[in-house]
Amino acid sequence: MILKILKYQLRDVFRSRWIIAYVLFFLVLTDVLFRFGGDGLRVATSMMNIILIVIPLASIILGAFYLYNAREYIELLLCHPVKRHQLFWGMFLGLALPLVAAFAGGVMLPYFYNAASAEAWKSALMLVFTGSMLTVIFVALAYYLALRFDDRIKGLGLALVICLFFTIIYDGLILFVIYMFSSYPLEKPVLVLSLLNPIDLGRILLLLQFDISALMGLTGAVFREFFGTPLGMGISVASLLAWLAVPITAGFRRFLVKDF
Amino acid sequence: MHRKSHIALSMALAMLMAFMVHSRPAPAAPGLTPSTETTSEVTPETTSEVTPETTSKVTPGNRVSDEVMTRKAARTESGPFAENLLADESNRSEAASRTLIVGERGGFARIADALSAASDGDTIRMEAGTYREHELLVDRQVTILGIGRPVIDVEHKGEGIRITADKVHVEGLEIRNVPTSHSRDHAAIRFERASGGKVIDNILDDTFFGIYLARAHDMVISDNRLRAYHTRESVSANGIHLWNSNRALIADNEIIGHRDGIYLEYVQESSITGNHVEKNIRYGLHFMFSDDCVYRDNRFENNGAGVAVMYSRRVMMKHNLFVNNWGASSYGLLLKEITDSEIFENEFSGNTIGIRSEGSDRVKKHRNSFHRNGWAIRIMASSMDNLITENNFIDNAFDVSTNSRRHSRNNFEANYWDKYSGYDLNGDGFGDVPHRPVRLFSLIVERNPMALMLLRSIFVQILDLTERVMPTITPETLVDEKPLMRKVAI
Repeated sequence: MILKILKYQLRDVFRSRWIIAYVLFFLVLTDVLFRFGGDGLRVATSMMNIILIVIPLASIILGAFYLYNAREYIELLLCHPVKRHQLFWGMFLGLALPLVAAFAGGVMLPYFYNAASAEAWKSALMLVFTGSMLTVIFVALAYYLALRFDDRIKGLGLALVICLFFTIIYDGLILFVIYMFSSYPLEKPVLVLSLLNPIDLGRILLLLQFDISALMGLTGAVFREFFGTPLGMGISVASLLAWLAVPITAGFRRFLVKDF
Repeated sequence: MHRKSHIALSMALAMLMAFMVHSRPAPAAPGLTPSTETTSEVTPETTSEVTPETTSKVTPGNRVSDEVMTRKAARTESGPFAENLLADESNRSEAASRTLIVGERGGFARIADALSAASDGDTIRMEAGTYREHELLVDRQVTILGIGRPVIDVEHKGEGIRITADKVHVEGLEIRNVPTSHSRDHAAIRFERASGGKVIDNILDDTFFGIYLARAHDMVISDNRLRAYHTRESVSANGIHLWNSNRALIADNEIIGHRDGIYLEYVQESSITGNHVEKNIRYGLHFMFSDDCVYRDNRFENNGAGVAVMYSRRVMMKHNLFVNNWGASSYGLLLKEITDSEIFENEFSGNTIGIRSEGSDRVKKHRNSFHRNGWAIRIMASSMDNLITENNFIDNAFDVSTNSRRHSRNNFEANYWDKYSGYDLNGDGFGDVPHRPVRLFSLIVERNPMALMLLRSIFVQILDLTERVMPTITPETLVDEKPLMRKVAI
């Protein structure tokens, strides 16, 4: 049943034009960077910044919009003998999968035809992994918000605020903390803080992939040591998964009992 | 372009020198007249053995020294060198120089025997082969010449060659396996209170210290290849080590895997040119208390912490390459307490910090290019009156960083900054709006290194943007008033 809904969803998404624009955006961007910048490693470094801004924003806005627009469709389907949990997963995967595929395809295609080196591929894959995780996380957040608030202005506004909070305000707070407690050893608290924000976590994971992390001096060394161990890697992936699991469970439970 | 003019200049110098030799008697040169006719030939035990090469009118020693002379003339830079060259060459042509042969096919079997049989002015020719000897003491003025690259295998037993006589010439050898010692400074070739010597075209493989000079002046060390394989600082030693040795010429050597590639302490008026220094554990070049030295055309690559230049005056650094000295505490060039020096047409690329300047005054940095470094220049407030002009700053994470918000007593003028966003209305090639190379984030980082974890975050980019639009915090005086619109062609 999930598959059936998923199939319908996918067809719907691919029929709409924005997903094509989304693919083209990443494709053209990566391609242009290849043309100007040269090797794949530098492309990945430049793409990192863009991905960290664009993906959370696009995912959360598209996600919220999508669910608000699908309101009547959901109501219609719920009149039929379709289980609610099946419908939810169908709806969720139906948006998250095409977004991930569009992003991954758009970024990776230029790597294919530019015959990037193995090292560049490694960074590209890391980029795609981080971007995909962020996509799924922010779609989950969007679904939760759309289900929580019936008023779409409120829902979209909150989505924007959340996005802004994680991309910008959170880092401001970290800087504030660093300044306030500058006479204390802060490596570990800051490490924990960065684990709590999926965008920061993604950024640091990516930075450590690129040799730019040498710039980070002692901090970089502490981070590298932490993320280099299986435990650190496990914790960071667990943190990303938690970021995925919490909104999606909350959204799922709300969907099960929601009175549409 | 500059290389061409360099060659022309050195040719002119060589001609000038030849003229000087003919026109006036060299100072302190009793045996200047080349009476090489009286060459005699000595082989041990049997006097009958005569090899064809050694009976020729020109002894190998002289031939080599001619080569060295041209080589030296080609590299000599300044007046003092020229004078010592004359004194040096005149003494070499002794009236009765002999050639001693060491090898399996005849002559001495051991180098040590040849050394004790030799007297001043002799040449020791070593035939190809492996000699398992160590602690070879050279206490008279000889030329040791390897033919077909003979190998001296020290077998981890101690020092290689120890030279205590003046004007000893060592060429064409390979010395291997000098052991690490925590109590003694074992070296493959050591000069002790022995001046005017030459070490040319040797291979030193797996040694502790490579070439060690203590109180040895007017030395030439060129075209050697040094290789060590240590991984820790505590068990490795320096490639070329100079202590209290003035007027040295260190040229065209290749030094890999030592602690410091080249180490100089209390060395004056020396010239270090054309060396390739790579993958050394600590510094590529490390020098302290060494005034009036020149470094040019060297390549420093991938060393633990780059090049450290400390506590010296009047140092000239020219045409060097500082490449990929990349790591958490690494830099291309560290200037610490350097005064009245010049850094000219060097290239810094891929270093964590291009130049780090501490307490260094009156250093002129011009026509350098900084490319893909973390920080191009990190100049501490303890540095004053430095002039930074006509440099290219391209693709660095931070162009300039400083630890003082208020004062910058250094002059940045007419550089090319790729981050400059101004315009040039009157078309004079200089931007009309001043450029502030210190970004707000780099100031934050300078005070709080922890903040580096926000590197490349969007928040920081917004912060920098606002500061650029309305500068309030970045140092007012650290400004390039007339930034170049185009790259300086170097």
